[in-house]
Amino acid sequence: MIGGVGMTDAARTRPGLDVDVSLSYGPTRIAAAFAVRPGHPLAIIGPNGAGKSSLLAAVAGLVPLDAGTVSIGDRRVEALPPERRRIGVVFQDYVLFPHLTVRDNVAFAARMRGPRAAARAAAEPWLERYDLIALADRLPSELSGGQRQRAALARALAAEPDVLLLDEPMSALDVEIRGDMRAELATHVREFGGATVLVTHSPADAAMLADQVLVLERGMVTQRGTLDELRAAPATPYVRRMLAASEA
Amino acid sequence: MARTATPVTGRLAWPIVAGAVLALAVLVLPLLALVVRAPWADLPALLASSAVLEALALSFGTAILATAICLVLGIPLAALVARAESWATLPRRLLRAAVTVPLVLPPVVGGIALLTLLGRRGVIGEWLDRVFGVTIPFTTGAVVIAQVFVALPFLVFAVEGALRSSDRRTELAAATLGASRWQVFRHVTLPIVAPGVAAGGVLCFTRALGEFGATITFAGSLPGTTRTLPIASYLAMQTDPDEAVALALLLLAVSVVVLLTLRDRWLPGATA
Repeated sequence: MIGGVGMTDAARTRPGLDVDVSLSYGPTRIAAAFAVRPGHPLAIIGPNGAGKSSLLAAVAGLVPLDAGTVSIGDRRVEALPPERRRIGVVFQDYVLFPHLTVRDNVAFAARMRGPRAAARAAAEPWLERYDLIALADRLPSELSGGQRQRAALARALAAEPDVLLLDEPMSALDVEIRGDMRAELATHVREFGGATVLVTHSPADAAMLADQVLVLERGMVTQRGTLDELRAAPATPYVRRMLAASEA
Repeated sequence: MARTATPVTGRLAWPIVAGAVLALAVLVLPLLALVVRAPWADLPALLASSAVLEALALSFGTAILATAICLVLGIPLAALVARAESWATLPRRLLRAAVTVPLVLPPVVGGIALLTLLGRRGVIGEWLDRVFGVTIPFTTGAVVIAQVFVALPFLVFAVEGALRSSDRRTELAAATLGASRWQVFRHVTLPIVAPGVAAGGVLCFTRALGEFGATITFAGSLPGTTRTLPIASYLAMQTDPDEAVALALLLLAVSVVVLLTLRDRWLPGATA
């Protein structure tokens, strides 16, 4: 089933994301176009090496494009450096700053704009919302996988981005806790309410976290639609196998 | 990750053991001789002489200044060398060679090279002298320059190693959070490589403190101005061997303290 991440008040005021890009990833050329409405997350799904993470990094401005456009609402951002795009990223295995406490990780974006005390004060509500108060003075190395995920999400959202990108957000977690963490992440993504793109190779992630799915194989989009639409008419052997494996 | 059990290594062949013991003797015996022959009873008086205190103050002062300069110049150079991994082969190798040369060069050659550049009739020195009336050789400034020349590579390679082993994605994460390139460096890169910077700084300081060949060639041996501890120690050997041994012991003690500071915390491969 589709997760049905609902429309919030925030979503109505947030801009959508429009992407139409091509880039090179080793010998693979990646070309993809998609639009994401606020409050209706998109899952990019595909086998290892399909270029999913590179595509996401290109949207964030972390790897160069060969050509194309990235628009957030009516703002063209493809020529902007990552720090000016207002795109939040939750990286695979989270990439928290190892030398900073959870509090200072979450306060990081505000710290870049102002003094430390003000940044820490600004971080407080985010720490509360993501249940990180008790962990605020710990270093990332002292957190569990699930706690790291929450801290990474809080850090990204505390920057108040227009768009949220999640790169394999479940892959660094133990299998036993993935179900719970997926539900928790779905709640947070819904609360964010902005345009959200998630990269995964798990249909379970897509089902819980996204409204739409885009299948990327060897850098090319091979199918798009809801999971139900993919199930009804899988366009490639990979899609068929992936869906069969997820139902097994 | 769980530790694997230590495999049974067996005993070393006797030529290996003999070679290792001999090598250890080569390293340790000279230092042991220094300790054995030290004029322990006269040591306080020898080390408290005005000539020694003068050389000591000059050495520490110049080595601290040289280390500070190496930190300011060496960290950016280390960042460049680390980033050069993505360059074409030739410029990458040239850059690395430029940083490595002072490490493998006899220090005297460094001193001659500095004289050729900055001496009164040197490539830049002549111009400095003519236009500004500035003469660098045989001044305390020359001591610092000689120390920076020989010590800088230690700092650069220590910091570069730390940069290369750090997770570059933290820099990308910082950029997505609104950090400019300078802020990324200041708030993420630099703190993460701080242990490497500290280790490099300490190595740099000891190398500067022990510098002899380039200093005596480029700065000479003027008491109170350019006569550092190693130079004073060498000169004392001609007149007062006891004083020379005392000074050598002092330099050895500094090295040991540095080694103890670095041990466990920053030296690669060391365990707590």
